[in-house]
Amino acid sequence: MSFISMFDVLGPNMVGPSSSHTAGACSIALIARKMLGEPVRQVDFTLYGSFAKTYRGHGTDRALLGGIMGFSTDDERIPQAYALAGEQGVSYHFSYNHTETDLHPNTVDIKLTGAEGHAFSLRGESVGGGKIRISRINGIAVDFSGDYNTLIVVHKDRIGIAAHITRCLSEGMVNIAFMRLFREAKGDTAYSIVEYDGTLSTDVQQKIREKEDVNQVMVIPIQEEK
Amino acid sequence: MDFKNAAELLALCEKEKCPISEIMKRRECDLAETTNEELEARMRKALAIMRKSSTDPLTAPRRSVGGLLGGEARLVERHRQEGKSVCGNALSRAIAYAMGVLEVNSSMGLIVAAPTAGSSGVVPGVFLALQEEHGLSDEALLAALYNSSAVGFLAMRNATVAGAVGGCQAEVGVASAMAASGAVELMGGAPAQCLDAASTALMNLLGLVCDPVGGLVEYPCQYRNAIGAANAFTAAELALSGVKQLIPFDEMLAAMYQVGRRMSPELKETAMGGCAATPSGCAACEGCG
Repeated sequence: MSFISMFDVLGPNMVGPSSSHTAGACSIALIARKMLGEPVRQVDFTLYGSFAKTYRGHGTDRALLGGIMGFSTDDERIPQAYALAGEQGVSYHFSYNHTETDLHPNTVDIKLTGAEGHAFSLRGESVGGGKIRISRINGIAVDFSGDYNTLIVVHKDRIGIAAHITRCLSEGMVNIAFMRLFREAKGDTAYSIVEYDGTLSTDVQQKIREKEDVNQVMVIPIQEEK
Repeated sequence: MDFKNAAELLALCEKEKCPISEIMKRRECDLAETTNEELEARMRKALAIMRKSSTDPLTAPRRSVGGLLGGEARLVERHRQEGKSVCGNALSRAIAYAMGVLEVNSSMGLIVAAPTAGSSGVVPGVFLALQEEHGLSDEALLAALYNSSAVGFLAMRNATVAGAVGGCQAEVGVASAMAASGAVELMGGAPAQCLDAASTALMNLLGLVCDPVGGLVEYPCQYRNAIGAANAFTAAELALSGVKQLIPFDEMLAAMYQVGRRMSPELKETAMGGCAATPSGCAACEGCG
């Protein structure tokens, strides 16, 4: 069982009205923004289930757009997200999918392109009380919570990559909370996702990147910002 | 230091000879690897947000996004100021504050989920009203918040605080239990009395369904926060008077969870039953979006 803090009970500090439909939506989009690592130029959101049905009354759309601009759940600019996106030159598009019903009821797909041309897609689920789960990256099924600092390594599905990552982490004195591997197909693109305690230096990131068959290293800092 | 249930929490209070708030603080420092200072700074920030969201709507009403709410807190406050309150000053204030927080929440303002956004008015409403009535310090209020977070933690750990899982009894019911326990410590009660009050508060809202009109966190949520505050006052009054509670908090929490799981899905946040399914409820939210 994961640790429940007194600030999970009295918190999050958030812009209303709903921890799942507003705060959770914002957190999913904020993770997407951090993964991109550069300002967002273009974003497409597809909302499913209850998100698609009640987004307007819950401000789900504004929370998503706010998260994409780097706002956290307690940022009081969220209600003005549309105007601010216009000012910041973020172009956005929302679609509402009412036909796919076998997903988690609070699901969103986010497709984004950054100012420097990087692009990727992500699926997030808001699972209650502001807690979230990222369930897809670029169409590949993954699973992480955003509760911990997270390292995502995109690489070829090859022998020795996981060992390389854990060696770099242990040499950098980084404690692994959870680690999971996901792949498209045998020998194809794979994702190693490590949720860890403490901080991960740029040296360690660089060391992970140096290995052949490692394509991309993304770090999503969560904890130090709380 | 950690505890899994109210019985262990009480045993720790007796062993360490300290209130529930202190045990909860020590647990947080141990397990979250934080310090008393960091923890206090964070809780002070939460208290500041609670105060602002409780009091702003008394003078500056806000219209909710769905359009079902706006101005209720100010009406209650004016009524009290005219000296016409049925409840007396403390309770009337608690109700106005609790409703104010929901007004802020439903208009996309900043609140502290306690334990959820839909039940965020109860805890601040009760504590801030008691502070004004009895001239209590912010330090005393912080202790009440730590205390209430212990009760909320047990509900999250051993049951649920999600309306979609357990109905409104899991949201406003738990918020009311948290507020009742904190209020007892605030007024000088012993740990056992705190948990008796929490048990009574939860008991009196057992079975309460989650039936938001239009699926929005507006109506009846705001009114339910008012009753959550009133219920916490009543439960604290009973415990502090020495009225015994037959059923310990752990058992009451298990009962709440069981009732919640047996509740039909129509009555758990789906907007298909209760208030949401009434002709007037349906008519009111045609334009809610």
